[in-house]
Amino acid sequence: MALVLEAVVLGVLIGGVYALMASGLTLIFGVMRIINVGHGALVILGAYLSFALFRSLHIDPFLTLVVTVPAMFALGVLIQFIFIRPLRTDREALSVLVTYALALGIEGVLGYIFTTNYVELRAWYETASFPIFGFYITWVYVFGFVLCLAVLGALFLMLYRTPFGGAVRATMLNRTAAQLIGVDVDRVSALAFGVGMATAAAGGVVFGLTNAFNPGSHYDLISRLLTIIVLGGLGSLRGAVIAALIMLITTEVAAVLISPVWASFVFFAILVAVLIVRPQGLYGVRVRERI
Amino acid sequence: MSRTVALKALGLVVLAVLALLVPVLAPDPATTNVAVFTMMYVGLATAWNIMGGYTGYISLGHAAFFGFGAYSLGLLLNQLHIAPGYGPFVLVPVAGLLAALLAVGIGWVALRTRAATFVIVTIAFMFMLQLLAENLVKLTGGGAGLSLPYPRDWGGDFFNTPYYYAMLALAVLALVVSWWIRRSKFGLGLLAIRDDEDKALAVGVPTRAFKLTAFVISAGLVGMIGAVYGYYVTFIYPQFVIDPLIGISMVLMVFLGGLGTLSGPVLGAVLLEPAQLQFAYHFGASRLYLVLYSAVFLVVILLMPRGIVPSVADLWHRWRRRRAAGPTATARGPRKAVKAASP
Repeated sequence: MALVLEAVVLGVLIGGVYALMASGLTLIFGVMRIINVGHGALVILGAYLSFALFRSLHIDPFLTLVVTVPAMFALGVLIQFIFIRPLRTDREALSVLVTYALALGIEGVLGYIFTTNYVELRAWYETASFPIFGFYITWVYVFGFVLCLAVLGALFLMLYRTPFGGAVRATMLNRTAAQLIGVDVDRVSALAFGVGMATAAAGGVVFGLTNAFNPGSHYDLISRLLTIIVLGGLGSLRGAVIAALIMLITTEVAAVLISPVWASFVFFAILVAVLIVRPQGLYGVRVRERI
Repeated sequence: MSRTVALKALGLVVLAVLALLVPVLAPDPATTNVAVFTMMYVGLATAWNIMGGYTGYISLGHAAFFGFGAYSLGLLLNQLHIAPGYGPFVLVPVAGLLAALLAVGIGWVALRTRAATFVIVTIAFMFMLQLLAENLVKLTGGGAGLSLPYPRDWGGDFFNTPYYYAMLALAVLALVVSWWIRRSKFGLGLLAIRDDEDKALAVGVPTRAFKLTAFVISAGLVGMIGAVYGYYVTFIYPQFVIDPLIGISMVLMVFLGGLGTLSGPVLGAVLLEPAQLQFAYHFGASRLYLVLYSAVFLVVILLMPRGIVPSVADLWHRWRRRRAAGPTATARGPRKAVKAASP
């Protein structure tokens, strides 16, 4: 029982990290109607940026965010400008391919610079732990969770309390109508992509602190993130957060009760169940495409 | 008109003879190895196009069926103690049938969703299958891989030849199926789904059954090709046979050649696969080939999203029209109108 409780606590803490990474992905889908298959690779890129700074400057991994978040934001705006905006016809299908190609390119560049050996971000809190309810929690999970809460909170504040957030939500609801009432949807799209990348940078640090990673790690990550946003309902931030928590708690509990090697499988089993019962996901709405 | 038909027929015959003669004209193993893989991708791209090109439902997880076919054949051969040689080829259709059965299940779930979610679900299923192959150690050997019987009698230059003809046969089969579907009422229904699924449903196309059928046919063909691949490489590992890169390669080839066309996937595979093998051979160790691959991909999608075949066909029609715009312009009038109406 104590093991299950520990798994649930760990699931919530790790779920927060996945919620952060998935929120960027679902935000990008909501605003632009594109599936960013490269999101996993961009998280790994964020982790490697932090790793490079950490290795050369010997600073705390969390401090590297001061550099990586703006850098990834700028990169996101640039990617949207160069690769996504030119797609005029059949955006949904072509954007999948373009972002997939970007993921491969990033994997290749990272592999060239850092080789395919696994690396890890290190800090004192990565091994130090504290006792709670009769088991030990490593500090890194708590710090990571707090960071994710802060970034997610900022994201929600931005979306629901600022004029820019209003423009983003208007674009998510109806792109053409938003354009008609004077929203510069191209600018909103670029900035939203940038914000998505900034969350990827933050997620990357925590991912790098809690996992050993290599340039190929993005495949595993993206399949999990995509599963989360489908479960939550494409384009729904609230759905992504709740789905991430459900998925990670289930995975951690399954790892304890069944076996760690089958834990990821539970992930996909939930996806199948959801698709049979509720194909639009938890918070998704059934949209008629191309009206 | 009959002259163009005759020209087309002649072209096909020449291509067929050339394809049949590859192992005779260039018998050294290095060349036939490239030929085996190129023919494999001709088949894969053509099979993928039946789903992705005709219905517009992009599957990025077709590597799942490829790997499933390879594992199916491997397990059948090992369990039934089939001796290496020509015997294993007989079981290739069985592996394809098993892959098609798997596709019924996956398709039934995945096709409950529309295009965007469908892409994601196919990716998820691919990783799910990869995970199964890794975890069912007793059955598949897990990460240590599964070995298939190795035909020792086929030495030297001859080794690749049977595999080449097997791949050629499957590629031709895929092409014939694809051609037949394109001309049938079923194919017309698939194209209607691609253009507007709701309208297609409204005019009476049984969209769900049609989509599922196309998916299953496509998966079955890919499964058979995967089975021959497994027998060819004789050692299969989860991450190399259920490889996302194989899944995305067939998609890229279709887009390069021309989505939804018959000759496009063939052209895409013939252009890209030898180049891909060269990339991997020269830059594989440094992972730079991924960068090159991604660059080719981006250029194709951003500059030529319709692919080579439709773009060239467009130019050709425009040239013909300009040449015909002399005294026979009026006679050509109606045809022009028809051409302009089709997108």
